[in-house]
Amino acid sequence: MPSDFAPISALLILSVAVSLIIVFISRLLGPFHPTTRKLSPYESGMQPFGEAIRRIPVKFYRIAVLFILFDVEVIFFLPWAVVFRDFKLYGLAVMGVFFFVLMIGFVYEWKVGGLEWD
Amino acid sequence: MFEAPSIGDLNIAATLPATLLALGACIFLLVDLFVPKDRKYITALLAAAGLLTSLVLALLSLMNIIEFGSGETAFAGLYIADQFTDVVNVVVLFTGLMGVLVAYNYLDRIGKQRGEYYYLLLFTTVGVMFMGSAGDLVTVFVALELLSIPLYILSGFRWPQEQSEESALKYFILGAFSSGFLVYGIAMIYGATGTTEFRGIWLAVDEIIAQDLSSKYLLLLGAGLTLVGLGFKVAAVPFHMWTPDVYQGAPTSVVAYMSVAAKVGGFAALVRVFASGMSNFVLDGATAAAWQDTMWLIAALTMILGNLVAIVQTDLKRLFAYSSIAHAGYILTAVAAAGSAAVTNEAAQAVAIYLAAYAFTNIGVFAVIISVEKDDSSNTGLDSLRGMSRTQPLLAASMTLFMFSLTGIPLTAGFVGKWFVFKSAIAADLFPVAVIGVLTSLVSAYYYLRIVWLMYFEEGEPQVYIPWPLASAISLAVVGTLLLGIFPYLLQEMAQDIVLAFGR
Repeated sequence: MPSDFAPISALLILSVAVSLIIVFISRLLGPFHPTTRKLSPYESGMQPFGEAIRRIPVKFYRIAVLFILFDVEVIFFLPWAVVFRDFKLYGLAVMGVFFFVLMIGFVYEWKVGGLEWD
Repeated sequence: MFEAPSIGDLNIAATLPATLLALGACIFLLVDLFVPKDRKYITALLAAAGLLTSLVLALLSLMNIIEFGSGETAFAGLYIADQFTDVVNVVVLFTGLMGVLVAYNYLDRIGKQRGEYYYLLLFTTVGVMFMGSAGDLVTVFVALELLSIPLYILSGFRWPQEQSEESALKYFILGAFSSGFLVYGIAMIYGATGTTEFRGIWLAVDEIIAQDLSSKYLLLLGAGLTLVGLGFKVAAVPFHMWTPDVYQGAPTSVVAYMSVAAKVGGFAALVRVFASGMSNFVLDGATAAAWQDTMWLIAALTMILGNLVAIVQTDLKRLFAYSSIAHAGYILTAVAAAGSAAVTNEAAQAVAIYLAAYAFTNIGVFAVIISVEKDDSSNTGLDSLRGMSRTQPLLAASMTLFMFSLTGIPLTAGFVGKWFVFKSAIAADLFPVAVIGVLTSLVSAYYYLRIVWLMYFEEGEPQVYIPWPLASAISLAVVGTLLLGIFPYLLQEMAQDIVLAFGR
């Protein structure tokens, strides 16, 4: 039923309204004297230099991607561990299949040298 | 208290062809790690054996010789094992087998003989199989990802060649976009009906229409977004932009497989979601489902644009990319016809028949392109076929047969497919789109038959390279195209038990 989603839309409207009000109230009530220093990205004295986007070794991306493997594992294992007793043998079998597929990926990345830095 | 299901309830036996292949792919991946670099034929053989085993099982199930498992659903309704599943399984497993055959020597030539190719191909095949047997929108989504992600990697398999990398990146970015549309559509459908299972959706749609609830608008939005997501996968206009670039850049053996497998998966899901789940979504006293008009408009646009733009192409891979767009239009015609309640089953059968006929012919075409392609992936222009009938009479004859089949000339598989598609469109009173289909088929004859002209009536000395796996793939394609064309009842009998419409 669409009416079931009414609280969500109320929350949506409310959160947008509150954030807008906060932004505008501080602008309306507070003192406002802009200077170059105040408008610069870092206010406390540092002279900004260079760009925010710099070249990073691609290895870091690889590590981040490989990390997903363990990330997903933890995300699924934690709730499973909480209700493990209720699922009995069925839960163990299903998680075993999941773990098997995950471990294949792990063995692959290990064997092809994905975990080595150089 | 939550009651855990038992493993027996899952009815895993009913999913045997698909799960066996998935398990096989996982094991081959591990085996391949210990296969030395110069002996990758072992992985290729294993992959072919796995595909063949599953193909035999699926064929036995298709011909009702063996019934796997008990009942039609498995995994608590996530998987449906009916006649449509069997047809999709057989078509895609055959395509996979052909994919291995055309790839083996090609990979050697381009210096990319790696085991990854074969098990990524297996994973894609498993994705298509699960898509064809989806009983739930969640299965559709997971299977779509399983189908797409290996294809993104395979498209870029020719790294560091720039074209190949470009095609992989384009396919990946646009594919991620379309997945987003699909998920959003699924969320909308779930919001409107409160379930993701097709049968549940069908029942909920009945109730929404009967009581004229406002959630019908939400459902309409969901149907539209789902159509966008799946329309991308099957390369329907206006979501076709990626196709020519990806087909041209990706390794030809990948294109041969992908041009059929991705389409089979996409159309299987379209038929499941729309013909099966939402065939009763009839608004405001209309005679057909609300999505029918959109669907046939897209089908008409796809046929027109695909066929017209193909005329001016000079590169074979690009030409057949547009040709594959045009054929997506023909199949979409049948999907649109499924919107009329009385024609739903007939239209679903037409889709299955067309996909089977298309699989044989299209893989054959790309196998011929592989044979003329040079090792540095050049020489795929139209000129590379010039005068082929002198030096390679058999190859030229095969290519001619494929061209006839794609045009839809009788006694070839393509004619049978088109016959059933247009028949279902007329049965559903979609006369304009049927007329457009026939007219655009006439247009397509120009560029298909020009290839035949080039091979037979122009001078040239084409260099071809046909090792036996490629030759056997082309022969299989020829036999299939002829057999299905001369004995259309083979296809008809295979498809006639397909029942996708839910009964009241």
